[in-house]
Amino acid sequence: MTTLTAARERPRPVRRTRKTHARRREGLTALGMAAPAVVLLIVFVVVPLALTFALAFTDARLISPTPARFVGLDNFTRLFQDPVFFKSLRNTAYFAAVVVPLQGGLALVLALLVNAKVRGVNFFRTVYFLPVVTSMVVVSLLWTFLYRQDGLVNHVLSALTLGHVEGRDWLGDPATAMPAIILMSVWQGVGFHMIIWLAGLQTIPAELYEAADLDGATRWHRFRHVTWPGLRATRTFVLITITIQALGLFTQINVMTEGGPLDSTTTVVYQAMRTGYEQQQTAYAASISLVFFVLVLAVSLVQRFLTREKD
Amino acid sequence: MVFRTRRLAVASVAALAATALVAGCATGSGGSSTSGAKGDTLTLWTHNAGNSAELDVVKKIIKDFNGSQSTYKVELQAFPQSDYNNSVVAAASARKLPCLLDVDGPNVPNWAWGGYLAPIDVSGSEVPLSAQLPSTVGRYQGKVYAFGFYDVSLAFFARKSVLKEYGIRIPTLDKPWTKAEFDSALAKLKKSGKFPYPLEMGTGSLGEWYPYAYSPQLQSFGGDLIDRDGYQTASGTLDGKDAVEWATWFRSLVAKGYLSKKSGADPNKDFLAGKSALQWDGSWNAAKNAAKLGDDLAIIPPVDFGHGPKIGGASWQWAMSSTCSNKAGAQAWLKFARQTKYFVDYAEATGTIPATDAAAQQVDGYQPGGKFSVFTRFAREYAVVRPVTPAYPYISTEFQKAVQDILAGADPEKALGQATKDIDTNLKTNRY
Repeated sequence: MTTLTAARERPRPVRRTRKTHARRREGLTALGMAAPAVVLLIVFVVVPLALTFALAFTDARLISPTPARFVGLDNFTRLFQDPVFFKSLRNTAYFAAVVVPLQGGLALVLALLVNAKVRGVNFFRTVYFLPVVTSMVVVSLLWTFLYRQDGLVNHVLSALTLGHVEGRDWLGDPATAMPAIILMSVWQGVGFHMIIWLAGLQTIPAELYEAADLDGATRWHRFRHVTWPGLRATRTFVLITITIQALGLFTQINVMTEGGPLDSTTTVVYQAMRTGYEQQQTAYAASISLVFFVLVLAVSLVQRFLTREKD
Repeated sequence: MVFRTRRLAVASVAALAATALVAGCATGSGGSSTSGAKGDTLTLWTHNAGNSAELDVVKKIIKDFNGSQSTYKVELQAFPQSDYNNSVVAAASARKLPCLLDVDGPNVPNWAWGGYLAPIDVSGSEVPLSAQLPSTVGRYQGKVYAFGFYDVSLAFFARKSVLKEYGIRIPTLDKPWTKAEFDSALAKLKKSGKFPYPLEMGTGSLGEWYPYAYSPQLQSFGGDLIDRDGYQTASGTLDGKDAVEWATWFRSLVAKGYLSKKSGADPNKDFLAGKSALQWDGSWNAAKNAAKLGDDLAIIPPVDFGHGPKIGGASWQWAMSSTCSNKAGAQAWLKFARQTKYFVDYAEATGTIPATDAAAQQVDGYQPGGKFSVFTRFAREYAVVRPVTPAYPYISTEFQKAVQDILAGADPEKALGQATKDIDTNLKTNRY
């Protein structure tokens, strides 16, 4: 009896070991596969983020003979009395509020246009995509020249209106500097999102359009009831990527206006860079980044909630 | 076996993260590690990549030094100027500073305070420090940290023929323009209609040019960037009555159309092309202007706005890092370089003011009575070094922003007030 039970039960542990062994090897493979990404994430995201959190409560400086001291909330009290910080927040919000619908919408229009089955469509796709593959620094420099008092934009304006409209120094005027940068940024970025929309459009089955045609749907109805619902996932992606890109506005500002004139184009990321690097106030810059991190997190959570799967 | 591998993987990830954390945290705290030399081979950094005339002089001194003795060998690494300061700051954080490096004069106190630089002893070299223009020696808290081979000066450039045409007196060192004279000269030039902006002051060049070029004018009005008595506050100085008067005047230049609020990419070219009548510029363009305009070129001393004419002082200087592992070798190079012939080479290559009289004798145009010798007198009599405090880089960025805002139309009192407030907060939190 005992021997029998023993004999019956014997193979079980063997099988279990083999199974766990295989599972372990699988787990190891998974770990190995994930390792490069995990290491990169830790080094370039987790560690800097942890440092930012820690530094924001100290008086660390870029150049200093004394080690950083813990100063509690000093940086934050200073931050909330800093008029430039509020201007930076306002400008960043303004930029995002205009760029997100404008760039997303324009990209969709372009995508619908280049999705048409006509000859030479690849040419247009390439043309719209060209600014995306050009470096933002180069684009910003070029547009700086275009926007000058004696630049191309003003020459064209003057020629088109037969000299009735005299242009201005677009980047030198607090009223027009931000709109000028918005226009340029949309022009530069729209091609990328056009491609994303295009990819989304091509996943919509042709049968749905055929069915709509048989039902005698107009172009608008076809768009409203076939295309738009079919782009659900793409829409979320486009919304989130443009928002992130817009909130991180930096390169254009750094190259074109350095936050001026009269703080009309300063942004949070630009201010963090300026205080942290040029003004050597590492801790203060960390506190700016920390506050900004919380705000961006809030925006992302709201977006995540609004675009959630409703069922 | 399996467990061991996994533990190893986990451990290495953790170790990597820990190393990164420690490396990131280590910046700023003192350490005992050294760098900048391998035995008797010393590394030297300069900001001169892209400026071949000056770089050639550095190369020549290094070659002569390496050939003159067999103990030490100096190796050159050149950086473009725009990246140089950032490279030094990054290298200092990573404890990888070279033994020898050059430093822009106003940054000497900041780098000395931050522990980047070590005091130098160059006694016994061919040229004694006492023979140099005071602005070419970088001192901080009574110690010498750096010295330069040359200085530069600010001046107005104009065409004598243009000034005569509009009945404007050509000022001299003994009798510079007063504020009233300067304003009326600008009014006459503007009225002529020949110059869209008669005055050119390089308002389009951001960065250190702003404090270098405009703070002397502020000082001539009676203001300053900071109260130099103890360097503890800017209030009452940068936002005082005199400073506000300067800022209001500065703003009026733009409002009256005398000065462009953003000048072109190459202000000197615009002046030579006749787009502007008066250019506030550095002595480095003097030779070019003289070559183009010949005897018609007028080199005009700075305007006396009430407290005497002023110009900025101190240009690039040589220093030794505090982490240098072979300080004897670094000192040897610094001493060796202090020969009159190199002062001459530097001034000739860069078109700048030689730092010693002995060198000036040998540089074309800078001998006593030479056409550029006025610059030496400007540097000797009018030069004010930028505030000797570790806070200078911060003060500089705040002043740049205030001036930019004033040019763009901000209320002068408010712009200076904000800058003063920020500077005072910075001084207080940093306890320099």
